[in-house]
Amino acid sequence: MSEMLTIRNDTDLLEEEEHHSLRGREFGFWLFLMGDAVIFALLFATYVVLSGNSAAGPTSQQVFDLSHTAIETALLLVSSLTFGIASLAMDKGHGRAVILWLLITLGLGLGFLVMEVLEFRGMILQGAGPDVSGFLSAFFTLVGMHGAHVAMGSVGILVMIGQVMTKGLTLPVRSRLNRLGLFWHFLDIVWIGIFSVVYLPGVM
Amino acid sequence: MLGRLTIEALPFYSWVAMGGAAVTVGGGIAAFLLITYLRAWKVLWTDWLTSVDHKKIGIMYVVLALIMLVRGFVDALMMRAQQAISLNNEGYLPPEHFEQIFSSHGTIMIFFVAMPFLTGLINLIVPQQIGARDVSFPFLNSVSLWMTAAGAALVLISLVVGKFSQAGWTGYPPYSGIEYSPGVGVDYWIWALTLSGVGTTMSGINFIVTIVKNRCPGMTYMRMPMFTWTALCISILIVFAFPALTVVALQLWLDRTLGFHFFTNGDGGNMMMFANLLWIWGHPEVYILILPAFGIFSEVVATFSRKRLFGYTSLVYATACIALLSFTVWLHHFFTMGASANVNAIFGIATMIIAVPTGVKIFDWMFTMYRGRIEFHPAMVFTIGFMVTFVIGGVTGVLLALPPADYLMHNSTFLVAHFHNMLIPGALFGYFAGLNYWFPKAFGFKLDAKWGIRSFWFWFIGFYLAFMPLYALGFMGMSRRMEHYADPNWQPFLVVAALGAVFVLCGIICIGIQLYVSTRQWGSSRDITGDPWNGRTLEWATSSPAAPYNFAVVPTVTDIDAFHEMKMRGSAYRRPERYEPIVMPKSTGLGVVLGGLSFVMGFAAVWYIWWLAALMLVLCLVCIGIRACDDTSEYVMSAAEVEAIETAWLSGITPADMHDMRDFEPRGAASGMTLSGRAL
Repeated sequence: MSEMLTIRNDTDLLEEEEHHSLRGREFGFWLFLMGDAVIFALLFATYVVLSGNSAAGPTSQQVFDLSHTAIETALLLVSSLTFGIASLAMDKGHGRAVILWLLITLGLGLGFLVMEVLEFRGMILQGAGPDVSGFLSAFFTLVGMHGAHVAMGSVGILVMIGQVMTKGLTLPVRSRLNRLGLFWHFLDIVWIGIFSVVYLPGVM
Repeated sequence: MLGRLTIEALPFYSWVAMGGAAVTVGGGIAAFLLITYLRAWKVLWTDWLTSVDHKKIGIMYVVLALIMLVRGFVDALMMRAQQAISLNNEGYLPPEHFEQIFSSHGTIMIFFVAMPFLTGLINLIVPQQIGARDVSFPFLNSVSLWMTAAGAALVLISLVVGKFSQAGWTGYPPYSGIEYSPGVGVDYWIWALTLSGVGTTMSGINFIVTIVKNRCPGMTYMRMPMFTWTALCISILIVFAFPALTVVALQLWLDRTLGFHFFTNGDGGNMMMFANLLWIWGHPEVYILILPAFGIFSEVVATFSRKRLFGYTSLVYATACIALLSFTVWLHHFFTMGASANVNAIFGIATMIIAVPTGVKIFDWMFTMYRGRIEFHPAMVFTIGFMVTFVIGGVTGVLLALPPADYLMHNSTFLVAHFHNMLIPGALFGYFAGLNYWFPKAFGFKLDAKWGIRSFWFWFIGFYLAFMPLYALGFMGMSRRMEHYADPNWQPFLVVAALGAVFVLCGIICIGIQLYVSTRQWGSSRDITGDPWNGRTLEWATSSPAAPYNFAVVPTVTDIDAFHEMKMRGSAYRRPERYEPIVMPKSTGLGVVLGGLSFVMGFAAVWYIWWLAALMLVLCLVCIGIRACDDTSEYVMSAAEVEAIETAWLSGITPADMHDMRDFEPRGAASGMTLSGRAL
C-alpha cells in the first residue's frame, strides 16, 4: 500500500516539474525567436545596404515578378490561418482535426517552398544567381534564409503530426505544438517584411 | 572524396609548425594514456561527459578555459620573443607563421578562454546563488558545452592538419576573402567561431530563463546577488549580439565558398559592412567578457571586507546601463573608416559615457572596502590589483574614444596595450578571483593561498612589464602585428615586453603549482561547512561540493545578503522536519555526441568534404529529433536518499567550524568604533 502511494507521489512530482519546465521552455522559445529576429534584422540591413549594388548584373526591376510573389504571399498567409485553426482544434482537444489542419498547413508551406525554388531556379538560369552581384547575394541570402526556416518549420509540422498520432494531445505535445505555432507565425511576419522591403521597392 | 585534404596538409614544411603539431598530438596522447593509466574512462564518461549537472558542466567549462589559456599564452610568448629579436632581421618566424600566431592568439583568448571561463563560473554558481536546483534546460547546457569544445578542438587541430587563419582574430575582408586567403585557415576560424557561437547563444537563453523563472521564494530582482545580475545582463547581451556573429560568419563563408559578393572588392560588395556587422557583435562581446568579472569582484570585495556591498542599487543600475550602452558604440572600432564627423562624434561621446557607470562601480567597491575588515585572500588581492590597473585602461580608452586622437593611434600598439589593459585585469583577474573564491564550492577543499598570491604578483608585474612599453611604442609610431621592424629605438621596449611575458608565464606556472599543491594536501584544507570565507550569498548555504540537487529544501530569502542573514538569525544549517523527494534530470550522452558530430561537420566543411558534412548535419538532426520525442528525461530521487546525503554533511559540522558572527572592534583607521557583526 505504502509503495503504491510513493509511486503516485513520484508521478505527481514529475508532472508538477513538467508544468514548470514547459513554462520555462515557452519563455526560452520566445528568447530564441528574438535572437532569430536579430538574424533577420541584420540580413535585412545587409540587403538595404547592397540592394543598389547590382554591378554588371541585372537590377531588381529586371528579376522580380510581383504576381509570382503575390501567390507565394497568399500561400504563406493562408497557412498561418490554417495553423491557427489547428491550434483552436487543439484547445478543444480534437486530435483528428488538429492532424487535418496541420496537413493542410504543411501542404501550403510546401507549395510556398516549391514556388520559391522555382523562382530561384528561374533567376539562376537567366544569369541572375547569387554570385553575380552584391544585390543578388543579399537577396538570395535573406529570402533563402527565410525559405530554410519554412523548410525547418515543415519538418517540425511533420514531426508534430507524428507525435499527435502516436502520443495524442498530451501536455508536452500541446506545448511543442504551441511553440511550433509561434515559429510559423513569426515566419509570416518576416515574410511580410521581405515583401515590403525587398519585392515592393524592387519593382518600383 | 576527401575534398582539398591531402598529405600536404601535414606540417612538414617548417620546424616550428612541426613542433606545435607535435606538442598538440603529444598532449592528446598523454591525456589519453593518463586516463587509461588511472582507469578513469568509465568514471569520466558516466560522471562527467554525460552529466547534465550544472556544477559539473561549469567545472568542465573552466577546465577547457585553462587548457586553452596555456595554448593561447604560448602564442603570446612566441610573438613577444619574435618582436624582441626581429630588429632588421626576420627573427625566427616567417611572416605567414607570425600572422597565424596572432590570429589564433586573439581567437583563442576571446572565444575559448574568456567565454568558457565565464560561462563555467556562471554555470557553477548562479543556480546556487538564486536558490535553484538546476538551470532551466540541463540538456541544452550540456549541448552548449560540447559545441564550445568542438570549436576549441577545431582550433587545436588546425595546428596539426592545415594552417590557421592569417587574417587576425577579427578576420577583416577583403584580406580574409578567397582571393587573398585561399587556404583553409579562414575556414577554420569561421567554423570554430560558428560552433562555439551557437553554443554560447544557447547558454545565454538558458541563463535568462533560469534567472527569470527559477529564483527561490523571496528572491526579488533587487535581492539578487551582483554576480547573478551581471550574468542576467550578459545573457541578454548574448542573445541579442551573438546572432550578428553568426550572420557575419555565414556571409563571409558564402563569399569564400560559393562566390557571393557581400564583402568583395568588386561586383557590388561592401567590405566596411563586415566591420559594422562584426563589431555590432564585438562591442557587446567586450562587456559580455567584463561584466561577469565585475560581478565576481562585487562578491569578493563584500565577503573579504566583511561588509555589505556598498551601493548595491547603483551597481545594478550601472550594470544595466553598461549593457544597454554597449550596443551604441560599435563604430569606435573603425573611426578611420571615414564616416562623417558627426557620426564619429556621436559614437565617440557614447563611448565616453560608458566610463561613467564604470566609474560608479569602482567607487562602490572602494567604499565597500572603506572601514571594512579586509582579508588579503588571493581573490581579494586580484580584486585590488584589478581596481588599480583597470582605471589606467579606462583612461586610455577615453583617450581612444576621441576620434581625432584615434586617427593617430588606430591600429598602433597603443590600442593593443589598451584592450589588454581592459581584458587582463578587467576580465581575467576577475575569473582568477572567482577561481580562488569558488574553488571550494566546486571541489570541497580550499586552494593554497600562498601560491595564489604568488601567481597574482607574477601576473600583476608581468602585465605592467608587458603592456606599459606597448603604450609608449604606440606613441612612437609602432603599428600592431609587425613581424619585424627597422627602428632601433623600439627594441628596448620590446625586450621589456618580452620579459613581462616571461613573468606572466611564471604566473601561469604558479596557478598550476597551486592546483597541484592544493590537491595534494586537500585533506588539511577541507571545507566542512560549505562556507569557507564567511560568505554572504546563497551559494554558501549548500555543502561543498554541493549535492546534485543543491538545496534539499528550497530556501526562502528575506534580504540581499541572504545567507549572511540566515547565519545572523541562526537559521543556517538547520535540518528540516522531513525531506521531500526531488526531481532530477537524467544524464545523457547525446550532448557529447552532438558536440562530436558538429566537430566532424566543421572539419569536413573546412576541407570541402561536403558528403561528410551533410551526413553529420543529418545525424545531428536525428539526435535532436530523438531528444525531442523523449518525454522521460527526468527521475525522482527519493526522500531517503536526500536525507542520507544531507545528514552526512550536517552531522560533520561542529560549532567550532562555524564563523564568529559577533560584533567586533576594528583596528587602524576605523579604531574606536564598534562594528556590528551584521556589518551592514
